This record gives sequence, structure tokens and C-alpha cells, in this order.
Amino acid sequence: MVRVVLSNPMLAVTGSAKELDVTATNFRQLTLRLIDQWPALAELIDSSAVAIDGQIYQDAFAEPLQEQSEVFFMPRIEGG
Amino acid sequence: MAEAVDYKQIGTTPVRPDGFDKVTGRAQFGADVNLPNMIHGKVLRSPHAHARIKSVDVSAALAMPGVHAAISAVDFPGGRMEGESDVSVDDVAQNVMARNKVLYHGHAVAAVAASTQRLAEQALQAIKVDYEVLEPVLDLVAAMDPAATLVNENNYTALAEKPEHPSNIADVERLERGNLEEGFLAADVVIEREYKCPMAHQGYIEPHACLASIDERGRGTVWCSTQGHFQHRASTASMLGKNMADLKFVATEIGGGFGGKTVVYLEPLATLLSEKSGRPVKMAMSREEVFRATGPSSATVARVRVGLRKDGTITAAQSWIAFEAGAFAGSPHKPGAMCIYAPYDIENFLVETFDVLVNKPKVAAYRAPGAPQAMHAFECALDEAAQLLDMDPLDLRLVNAAEEGTRAPYGPKFPPIGFKACLQAAKAHPNYSKPVPDGAGRGVAVGFWFNAGMQSSAEVNINENGSVMIIEGSPDIGGSRASMCLMAAETLGVDYDDVRAQVGDTESTGFCNVTGGSRTTFATGMAVTQACEAVIADCKRRAAMTWGVDEDQVEWEDGQAVPGPGVNADVKPLTLAELARKAGRTGGPITARASLNAQGAGASFSVNFADLRVDRETGKVDVLSFTAIQDAGKAIHPAYVEGQIQGGAVQGIGWALNEEYIFDDNGVLENAGFLDYRIPVASDLPMIDTEIVEVANPSHPFGVRGVGETPIVAPLAVCSNAVSRSLNMRIAELPMSPPRLLDAIEG
Repeated sequence: MVRVVLSNPMLAVTGSAKELDVTATNFRQLTLRLIDQWPALAELIDSSAVAIDGQIYQDAFAEPLQEQSEVFFMPRIEGG
Repeated sequence: MAEAVDYKQIGTTPVRPDGFDKVTGRAQFGADVNLPNMIHGKVLRSPHAHARIKSVDVSAALAMPGVHAAISAVDFPGGRMEGESDVSVDDVAQNVMARNKVLYHGHAVAAVAASTQRLAEQALQAIKVDYEVLEPVLDLVAAMDPAATLVNENNYTALAEKPEHPSNIADVERLERGNLEEGFLAADVVIEREYKCPMAHQGYIEPHACLASIDERGRGTVWCSTQGHFQHRASTASMLGKNMADLKFVATEIGGGFGGKTVVYLEPLATLLSEKSGRPVKMAMSREEVFRATGPSSATVARVRVGLRKDGTITAAQSWIAFEAGAFAGSPHKPGAMCIYAPYDIENFLVETFDVLVNKPKVAAYRAPGAPQAMHAFECALDEAAQLLDMDPLDLRLVNAAEEGTRAPYGPKFPPIGFKACLQAAKAHPNYSKPVPDGAGRGVAVGFWFNAGMQSSAEVNINENGSVMIIEGSPDIGGSRASMCLMAAETLGVDYDDVRAQVGDTESTGFCNVTGGSRTTFATGMAVTQACEAVIADCKRRAAMTWGVDEDQVEWEDGQAVPGPGVNADVKPLTLAELARKAGRTGGPITARASLNAQGAGASFSVNFADLRVDRETGKVDVLSFTAIQDAGKAIHPAYVEGQIQGGAVQGIGWALNEEYIFDDNGVLENAGFLDYRIPVASDLPMIDTEIVEVANPSHPFGVRGVGETPIVAPLAVCSNAVSRSLNMRIAELPMSPPRLLDAIEG
């Protein structure tokens, strides 16, 4: 199971625990499962960055996930 | 900590490729481009900080001889924002040209194009604008009151459940972990204080400038000073309802940006004026316009509470930070929240940040946006704690320092990072062993920035003589052309002098995100490296064809194809020049391109310390020494890295000591020029001593981390801590200008 940590704006949508366990072998599959359960998450997922096993992705899509992967949704990082 | 890899080109410091043109005046900046029949555009700006626009009448201006076009908000069709930005097109458009209300003093309300600049200025006087003046919202904390006057009656805080009433709070962020109450109960000492940072400008040398030449079909070219010509094209096209394929954007040489040139101000106006007049239109801001109407950094109010055990361990940290957004949503409050505790392994913490509208210019990115203000507050609190605990401030930070595997406050575990290496380098630095000069104070603070990857494209063409031409889409602000040439030379195994790089326009190269986020050497460098690797693969194929062997029997060494094991010993290596000369016989020109969305940007940490002395009679602060240590991952061109560190330190020192936007009660900026907005000059400063630490980023072929933003983060707190120690009283509000320090000294 992949450990998923939602951002605070996502929590307001899901009303669930901050951390979830989701079965998925890649990021696309994981997001589709989350959106299937909470359709309003789609926009928030699209506007978030994500850290997969410590690696930050601004635009993750089909990145592979391992059985013990950690996925953190977080604000996008801007810069000057 | 030197990187063990032995590079031939990387790590050398060749003369910068753009230097000769710049010192001889040949370089073409935004305002240097001219075309036949060119006319000049000027902007009419609001005399009020907050007012309803009842009407705008440009007819009298348009009737003047020599005036070719005049526009106001009604001429903008609007449209869906395309391209890389997440910012609302409506906000960008209304910032470029006010629609129903003016939201800050200097907000654009109309523009004209005339045959001379003087005539254009006269035409502005003929434009009639009828205003209903409103109360300006100017105080950051007061603006958060639910009863405050609204900057935007349609602004509702971005919460999952829409609030019942609009307010000036556009957005909030909250990061937390552990149990605050337990953390504070475990503390032996607790520091609690409020800190303030002012609105400050990036202070780039070159004002915003552009030239637009649009034909009768609405198609044409825009030359502009920009950190991202693809983004400027997308914004302009969206705002004007155009197909972006109809606009070519050319990035001129740029005289600084630091985040302030990631957004459009003049380009849509010049494009529309050119289309309406049928003439090329040049627009250039005055310095006063730059101050009044472009995007500075956010002012902030931060309330910090931190608890520590006697051994220096942080047991709990709590922060509340309000960021001024200016007239439109979009302050860097989220990165501020993510940065504030990033250098430390803290079990119990909470940080809440707020994006607050006020009637001031819409803020823009400024080097590590959000981090300097947030980290100023926490780094000052830690310094006060170190004094209370009688600990060396570096030791206190070493006790709490994040390292590989530490969970960052924003979630993921850190990959290899160089924070502890920077702290250890600071402790070992000879400047740290020197005694603090009489009457001075030594300030210590640390900095952090995530750095970014994002999308980049590059093309590598091998000329007929084997020399190398790189075309990249990233405007060169901090020396990226030199870095690209070094990485290409290293990869290909050729001399640096045989490699050239140029920044392609939006029709000449693939998409690139803006030069920002300290991403270009990392991400565009990866694209260049990948393109060079494709060139090598192609060259090996051609050599194999020439020698009649299999491709896997060819190796690439020092810029030439060499026979591998099993190939006839008489076969002579083929240099890149030899392969290029015969390219016509082996498949045509040797060229390769790469486009990518670079992942794996490595976070960068810094440690700064400095000795400052306050003249107690005048309040003037002298910076006696300043040492900046930073992890670059790998310094591709160490002199450029050193320059980035020194430049960031100087900007941070300016922000700490003197720079601030001063508004009167009506929201009019009173110091819109460099005589009254005091940035540091060379005579104000000592040499900024630097030390580059190299803890390689494993996600980059050469170990690169970004370096451009982190250097500005620590100096604000370094200066505060040094001045506070010098005066033996805590100074928590920036800038520490002579009047403010005299007030503090005189009680």
C-alpha cells in the first residue's frame, strides 16, 4: 500500500484522515482512485506539487510507485 | 567538501561569453532595439491608491496630431490564460490595465502611442478620467479585520467551503506536526516576539522595456527584457485574445530581474498600440514607474514562539505570518510557510500564513520568494535563544540541523543535503575565529531554498568545423550561457572556446519555463547534456559506419570517436571536427535536441555570519565583514556562483538596513527613486567572502543544485542579529535604518 499524505486544502474536501493507504502502482492510478472517491480533489491535485519518496515533482503523471512509497501533496514551488 | 569527480571543464572559470558585448555597449537590452517608423508608447497612471473608475475618455488625446493610438481597459478582449502560469488572467490583465477600479497609486488606466516620447506624454494629459475616490487599505494587519474596507469586493478566502463574506484575506496555508502543547511544556526557555519586514524592490538596473511590431493581420514580434519570453508570449496572447502562434517573442539581453521580470506590464500594451497604429511601438518605464507600478516583495508581520531545552534542542515552534499581496492575490506565503523551519528537525510545530490584499502594487517574485521574510523571523528568534542559553549560534543550529532522511516540514524526507556541511564549514572558517571588533556584534543565520526543475529545451548543432552551437530557450540572467557551454564542452570532450550558446526566440527553440526558481543551470543544463549525449551517440554511429564496425565497438573519449576492443589497431580516432567535415557522407548535419521536465532539483542551504557596528550617535550601520557559505551541489562556473552568493548577500543587506517602500496616508509611494530608496553601493560594503560547499545532487549529471535564490535568505537575520548584539537590545523590525535605530537607542 502506498502511504498518501494530503495537503490541508485536500483535507477540507475529503474530510478524511490526513494520511491514507492506497493501492496503486503508479501516480496516475493513485490520483484516479482518489478522484473516483472525491471528485472535487481533481482540481487540487492538478494545482499541487507532489513529493514521491522524497523527490519533488511539479508535474507528476505516471511515475511508478513502490509498495512502500510515500506520496506527499504540497503547494507548488515558485521562484524568482 | 570537494566533489571527488575530476572534471576537465566544469569547475573552471572562463571569461563570460556575454561580457565583451556588455562592456563595449554592443549588447542590446530591452530599450536598445529600434525599427523604422517606430513610435513611442506611454502609460497614464492613477493618482489614487483606491478609486472607482467612472469613465475614461481618450478621444481628445487621439485627436492630437502625431498621436497614433490610445487604449484603455475597454480595448482588451480578455481570455483564458495559456502557458505556464497558474495566475488568473483576469488579475494579470487588470494589473496591466485597470478595469473598474484602480487598486494602487500608479495603476495603469490608459496608454497612448505617439511619434515622440514628449508628444506621448502630452497626450496623456488630454485623457479624461473620472474617479470616485475610495478609502485605501494600507495596513497589513488592519486589512485582515473582517470589518476592513475591501480592496476587492469579490475576494473570498480560498477555502474548500466558500466563506459567507468577502474579505481581504485571499488565501491561507497551515503546516503542522506533533503536539505543540507538549513541545512547549518540554521547553526550558521560550522566545516569543513579533517581527516585521518591509516591502522592498528587486532593484534591477534595467527598467522594463519592449518594442512591439504587429502587422495588419495582428501578427508580429515583440522584443522585451524578460525572464521568460514564452511566458510573456502566453500572457500577452491570452490578454489580447490572440493565438500565441501569431506572436514571436524575443528575449533581449537583460539587466537584472530577480523574479521581477517574470510577469508582463508593458508588452500587452505595446502589442495592442502597435496593432492599432500599424507602427512599431517602443515602451520603456522610467525608474519612478518601476517603483510605483511593478512588483516588489511582500511586507510581512510575523509572530514567532519557539521553545528549546537547555541543550539547544528545539522542542516546539509556532509561527503566524501575514504577507502583503498588494492589490491582487498571490503573495509567496506558501513557500514562506514551507521554508521557515526547513533547516531543522523539529518534532512539534505549526505555521500559519496569510495572503492579504492591500492597496499597494501587486507583489512579484523576489529571489527565494517568501523565504527571506519568514526565515528572518525564526532565525532571529533562534539567535535570541542562543544568547539566552549562552550557546554558540552555530552549535545551536548543529544540534537541530536537518540532514539526509530528516522529514522536511512540508512533508518528504530530504535526499542528500549540505546543511551540516555548511555549518561545519562556517565553524571552521578563519573569519569565524576572529574576535568580534570592538563595539560590533556578530550575527549568524542560515538560509534555504527548494530550487526547481520544470520544463526546458535545448538544441546542439555541430558546425562544419566541429565547433558547437547551443540554442536554449532560457534567458541568461545569471550566466547560464557560460554554464551551458561548460557542460556541453565537458560532455562532448571539446574545448570551451569551441562552444557558443545563444538564447533562441519563441519560434527558434522548444518551450522553456521562465528563468526563475534557480532552475536554469539545473534543468536547461540537463537538456543540453542530453542533447550532447545524443550527438555523441550519432557520432559513434557515423564512426562505426566509417570503420565498418559495430556501433558498440566505438567509444567516445576526449572529443573523438576511438576504436574499442576488437577493432583493428590501425584504425585512427575520428575527432568531432573530422566527423563534422564528412557529415554529408554519413547522414547529413550533426544535430540533436532535448526537451524535458526536469525532476530532482536539490535543495540548497546557506550559512552566513557577519560583523556589524552601529554608530550610536547617527544610527548608521557599518558592515565590517560578511561571510557567506552555501552548498552549490557542484559549481559549474565557480566565479558565477560566487557572484550569485555575493549579489544575494548585498540585496539582503540592503533589505535589512535601508530598503523599504514608504507610503503616505493616501497610499502614495514617497520614495520612488534611488535617491530616496537607498540600496547599498560599493562603498557601503566590505568584500563579501564566500565559500562554496559541494554536496552533489544525485539527480543531476554533474551534481548541480540551484544557487541563485538561497543567498538572499540569511542576510536579513544575519544583520538583525548582528545589530541586536551590537546594541544589546533586540531589533525586530526591518529596515534598521538610522532613524529607526536612533529611536530604539533613545528608547
